[in-house]
Amino acid sequence: MHALLDPFAEPFMRRALIELLLLGVAGSLVGCWVLLYELAYSTESLAHALFPGLVAAALLGVPLLAGGAAGVLAAATAIALVVRTPVIARDTGVAVVITSLFGLGVVLALSPSAPPGLESLLFGDLLGVTRGDLVISGVLVAATAVAVVALHRPLLVAGFDRGSAGAFGAKPFLVDGALLMLIAVGVLVGVQALGNLLVIAMLVGPAAGARRLVERLPAMMGLATLLAWTAAIAGLYLSYYLDVAAGAAVASATVALFLIAALTGAFRHA
Amino acid sequence: MQDREPVTLVEARGVRAGYGRSVVLEDVDFDLRGGERIAVLGPNGGGKSTLFRLLLGELEPFGGELVMNGAGAFVPQTERSRLDYPVSALDVALMGTLSRLPWWRPNGRRERRFAREALGRVGLAGLADAQFGELSGGQRQRVLVARALVQNAPILFLDEPFVGVDRPSEQLLEQLIVDLAAEGRGIMVATHDIEQTYRYDRVLCLNGRQVALGPPLQTLTREVLETTYGGAIVTLPDEGQTAAILPPHHH
Repeated sequence: MHALLDPFAEPFMRRALIELLLLGVAGSLVGCWVLLYELAYSTESLAHALFPGLVAAALLGVPLLAGGAAGVLAAATAIALVVRTPVIARDTGVAVVITSLFGLGVVLALSPSAPPGLESLLFGDLLGVTRGDLVISGVLVAATAVAVVALHRPLLVAGFDRGSAGAFGAKPFLVDGALLMLIAVGVLVGVQALGNLLVIAMLVGPAAGARRLVERLPAMMGLATLLAWTAAIAGLYLSYYLDVAAGAAVASATVALFLIAALTGAFRHA
Repeated sequence: MQDREPVTLVEARGVRAGYGRSVVLEDVDFDLRGGERIAVLGPNGGGKSTLFRLLLGELEPFGGELVMNGAGAFVPQTERSRLDYPVSALDVALMGTLSRLPWWRPNGRRERRFAREALGRVGLAGLADAQFGELSGGQRQRVLVARALVQNAPILFLDEPFVGVDRPSEQLLEQLIVDLAAEGRGIMVATHDIEQTYRYDRVLCLNGRQVALGPPLQTLTREVLETTYGGAIVTLPDEGQTAAILPPHHH
C-alpha cells in the first residue's frame, strides 16, 4: 500500500498529478480533432513555432499565455507569407519557418543574459507546478471543454466533407481558425507541464490510441481521456521510483499505451 | 405540401456566374416548381456544380436575376465523404441540423427523432447506428439524402447521386426522388447519364451556358447533345434506337 501512496505524499507530486489529469482532458478532446483533421504534424510545428513567443514572455516577465498567443500569430503570419512565395515549395517554406522560429527561441533561451530556468519551457517543469498554475490550467481546460462541445457540429460537418460543408451551414475557413485556436490553447496548457518538445505526446498519443479501439467520436474522446490519465499516473510512478524526469516519463507512458492500444486494435480487427 | 397550386421555387433569368473574374456559366434561365424534377445534364466542367453552388447560396451571381423562394438542401457525391470518420449513419443524418439549429447548440432529442425519421424515409431505419464507412455505396448515398431531408428544405439538389451505386440502390433512390417530388419538393439532379434524364420531367443542358431546357424526349436532339458535349459524340450503328454514346467520364 505504501508503495502506491508514497509518491503522492508530497504536495508537489499531488499538484503534478492534478495538472496531468487536467491536461489529459484538454489534450484528449482537442487531440481527437487534431487526428480527424490530420493535423498531428501541424500541431507539432505549431508547438515549436510559438517557442520564441514563450521565451520572450519569460524574458519580459509577462504571462506565458500572452507570449504563446503572440508566438502563434507570428508563426501563422510567417507561414502564410512563405507559402505564397512562388520560388519556395510549400512544405519547404513551412519547415524553414518552423525551424527558424524554434532556433530563434533557443538562442534567446540560452543566451548568457537569460535568467536560469528557461530550459523548462523546452522540457516542462511538471514537479514545479504551483497552485496558481493549477488554477490557470483548470480555467483553460474548462474553456476548452466548453468550446469543444459548442464547436462539435461545425467541426464534424466541415471535417466530413470539406467541399460541401458550406451547403450545410459550416464555414471551413472559420472552423479551421477555431480549431487552430483550440490547438494553440492546448499547446499552451501543456507546455507548462510537459514542455515545448513533449507536449505533442499529450495531444496525439491518447487520441490515436483511442481511435484504434472505438468507432464513435464521443467514445473516442472518453477513452482518450482515460488513456491520458492512465499514462499520467503510470508516468509519475515511473518518475518517482526510477528517478527519471517526470515529463519524459509521462510522455513515454503515453506512447507505450498507444502501442498497446494499436496492437489490441490490430488483433481485434484481424 | 400536397394539393396546392405548385409554387415556383427557383426563378433564374439570364444568370451569369463564375469564380474570381472568370465566368464559367451564363445565360441560365429556368424556373423550378414544387413537385418538379429537373435533370441537369452536362460534361465535367460544364457548370453543373457552379449552378448548384449558386442555387445553394454559396456563390453570388455576377449578373442576371436569381430568386429563391425557399431554402435548398444538398446531397453531394458519396465519394467525397470520408469513410474513416468515426460516425454512425445517424450522426451523418444529424449533420443536416447545422443549417437549422444555432451552430453551438448540441443536438437534442427532437433532432435525433427527426434524423431517425429521415433515415426511415430512405429505408435505413434499421441501420441508423451502423458505422457510416461500413455501409454500401448506395446506402451511404441514401444516408446523405436523409441528411438533406433533415435540413427540411423545399428544394433538393443531388450531385451525381448514382455514381458508385449498385443497381437495386439506384432504383430505390430513383423511387425516393419521385416520392419526394410528389410531396411538393422541387428536385434537381446533376448527371452525366443521358439515358437517366429521360425519367425526369425536364432536362437542363449546360456547357458553360444553358444549351437547352425542356422535356427530355423533345429536348435531347442530336444537335443539343453535340452542343452540350462539345461534339464528342460517337454515333452507334443502330441509329434511332440509341442515338449516341458518350466517352467514359473521369473525375
